Amino acid sequence: MSQARVIATSPFKKKGEVAPPRKKLKVPRLFIFLCMSPWLFGIVFFTAYPMVSSFYQSFTKFNLIESPQWIGLDNFHRMFFEDDDFWQALKNTIWISVISIPLRIAFAMFTAWVLTKPKRGRNIYRTIFFLPSMVPAVAATMAFTYIFNPAYGPINRMLEAIGIKEPPFWFLDPKWSKWGLILLGLWGIGDTMIIFLAGLLDVPTSLYEAASLEGASAWQSFRYITLPLMTPVIFFSTVTGVIGSFQYFTQAYVASGQVNDYSHSMYFYATHIYYSAFRAYEMGYASALAWVLLVITLLCTLVILKTQKRWVHYPNGSLFK
Amino acid sequence: MSTMTLENREKLEAQSLQARRKKRWNNFLHMVGNHSLLIALSAIFIMPLYLVIVLSLMSKGQAETRSLWPHPFVWSNYVTVFTAVPFLKWTLNTLFVALMGTIGTVVSSVPPAYVLSRLQWKGRQTTFIILLSTMMLPGQVTMIPVYIIFSRLHWIPSFLPLIVPSFFSSAFSVFLLRQFFTSIPDEISDAARIDGCSEFKLMMKIIVPLAKPAIMAIALFAFLGSWNDFFGPLLYIVENEDLWTLGIGLNAFQGIHHVDKNMMMTASALFMAPVIIIFFFSQKVFIEGVTLTGVKG
Repeated sequence: MSQARVIATSPFKKKGEVAPPRKKLKVPRLFIFLCMSPWLFGIVFFTAYPMVSSFYQSFTKFNLIESPQWIGLDNFHRMFFEDDDFWQALKNTIWISVISIPLRIAFAMFTAWVLTKPKRGRNIYRTIFFLPSMVPAVAATMAFTYIFNPAYGPINRMLEAIGIKEPPFWFLDPKWSKWGLILLGLWGIGDTMIIFLAGLLDVPTSLYEAASLEGASAWQSFRYITLPLMTPVIFFSTVTGVIGSFQYFTQAYVASGQVNDYSHSMYFYATHIYYSAFRAYEMGYASALAWVLLVITLLCTLVILKTQKRWVHYPNGSLFK
Repeated sequence: MSTMTLENREKLEAQSLQARRKKRWNNFLHMVGNHSLLIALSAIFIMPLYLVIVLSLMSKGQAETRSLWPHPFVWSNYVTVFTAVPFLKWTLNTLFVALMGTIGTVVSSVPPAYVLSRLQWKGRQTTFIILLSTMMLPGQVTMIPVYIIFSRLHWIPSFLPLIVPSFFSSAFSVFLLRQFFTSIPDEISDAARIDGCSEFKLMMKIIVPLAKPAIMAIALFAFLGSWNDFFGPLLYIVENEDLWTLGIGLNAFQGIHHVDKNMMMTASALFMAPVIIIFFFSQKVFIEGVTLTGVKG
C-alpha cells in the first residue's frame, strides 16, 4: 500500500498511469453513535417528548394531580377572550421588545464604535463595558431597584443635582418601571457589544481609506460602508432579541417582587406562563400559552427572515451556507 | 525666475509645516475627544457597581439617607451577612450545582461536537440543523412536561433537576465547540489516522488539547450560566430552604424582616464578586467565546 502511494505521488510517474484512489476512511459508526448518544438522549427526553406532550396538554385541563382531561380549544378561547392578564402580558412584552430591541442595537453599535477609536487602552475600556453583562441578574436587579429608589436612591439625587426637579419614581411608578428594566438591560449590553465590536473590526480599513480619498464625510462612510457591512450582525441580534424578549423573566420577576407591582406593569409573557403553571397549577392552560409563544416567535422570526434579502448584505454569501 | 521658484518653495514648505502641525493638533483633539467619551461611558457602566459597594459598607441608618460615601465604614456588614442569613449555605449550594453542571456540560458536549465537525457521515448536516433549531426553541415549550417528568421521579425539590440535564449536551456548547473544531486543519487528523491512532484517542489526545481555549470558554459559560441562573432553582428547589441557591436566597431577602437594605447590598456584592474575579482572570477566553458564537454563524 505504501509502495503504491509513493509511486502515485512520484513526479516521475509514467504517462497514462492513474493514481490509485485514496484509501477511503472507514466510517466508525459505533463511535459516532456513542458520541452522539448524550445529545440524542437529551433531544428525545428533554425536547421531543416534552414538545409532543405539551402540545397535547394544551388541549386539556390538567392540574398535575388528576390526569389530563380533554377540553378541545377551550384553553385558547379562554386566552384570547376571557383572560385579561394574557393581554396585559402580551402588551407589555410587545412594548418592551419594540422599544428595547432597537435601543439595544443602537447602543451596542455606539459603544462598539467608540471602542474602535482609541489607539491605546482599548482593552481596559472593553473590560469595563463588558463587565456588567456578567453580573447575576438577581443581584443586578436588586441593585437597580435600590439605587433607583426615589426616596433614598442615589440616582434621583444625582438627577436633582443636575436640575431635574421631579425625577421619575422608576420602579415604583407603572409608567416608568419598564424604563427601569430597559436601563438595566442597556447596562448589561456587554455581550451584544462584543459581537458588534468583532463585526466593526472586520470591516476592511481600505474601504474607509478609499472613501476618505473620495472626500466622504464621517457620516457618509458610516452610512454607506459600516452600516451595510454590519447588517448581518444587526439581523442576528434582532432575531435573538425577539426570541429573548418573549422569555424575559428574571429581572421583571425580581423587580416586581421588590416593589410590589400591583398594576402589573412588569408582568410579561413568560411571567404569565410561570404564574399559570406553578402558582395556579393550570398545566394545560400554561402549555397552551407556551405554544402560542412558540407560534408568535416563529412568525416574528419568519417575518424578519423574509425581509432579510432586502436589507442584509452578506459579503461572503449567505449565513447558512 | 529662479528667485520666484525659491520663494515659492519656501512658501510651500511653510505651508506643509503648518499643515502637519494642524494635522497633529487635530489628531490630539480627536484623541482627547475619544478618551473623554470613553471615560464618561466607563463611569456610567461602573457607577451601579460602585454604588453597590458603597452602600454595602454603610450602616443601616445611613443607607436610608441619600449619602454617597460610607461614614463610618461598616466593614462588619461583611461578617454580619453570614450570621443574619444562611449565606454560606447558599454559596456552597450554588457552587455545587454550578460545578456539577459545568462538568456535565463539558463531558457531554465535546463528543457530539467532535463527531459533528471532524468526521464525515450521512445525516451530519441534518443533525446539525436540528441542533441549531433547538437552540432557538423557547424553553417554556418544554418546561412543563420536563417538570412533570422530574416530579414523577420524585426529584423535586432536589439538585438533580438542575444537574442531570447538563449531562445530556447543551446545544449552545456543542455549537461553539464545533465552530472551533472545524477550524483545526484536517491534516492533523489524517496524519494520526495513518499512524493507526483510534478515533477516540485522536479526539482525546490530539483535538481536545488543541481546543483548550474553546473548552475553557464553554466551561466558563456553563459555570456562569448556572451561577447566575434563577429560573431553574425557582422551579425545582424553592420548597426546601436547605437547598436554596444565592439567587433564590437573595430574592427572598426582602421577606426576611430582620435583614436591612444595606445588608442586601452586601449580599449582592458577595454574589457578584466571584463572577467578576473569574472574569478578570479569563476575559480573553470570554470575549473570544462570545465572538465565536456571534459572527461565524
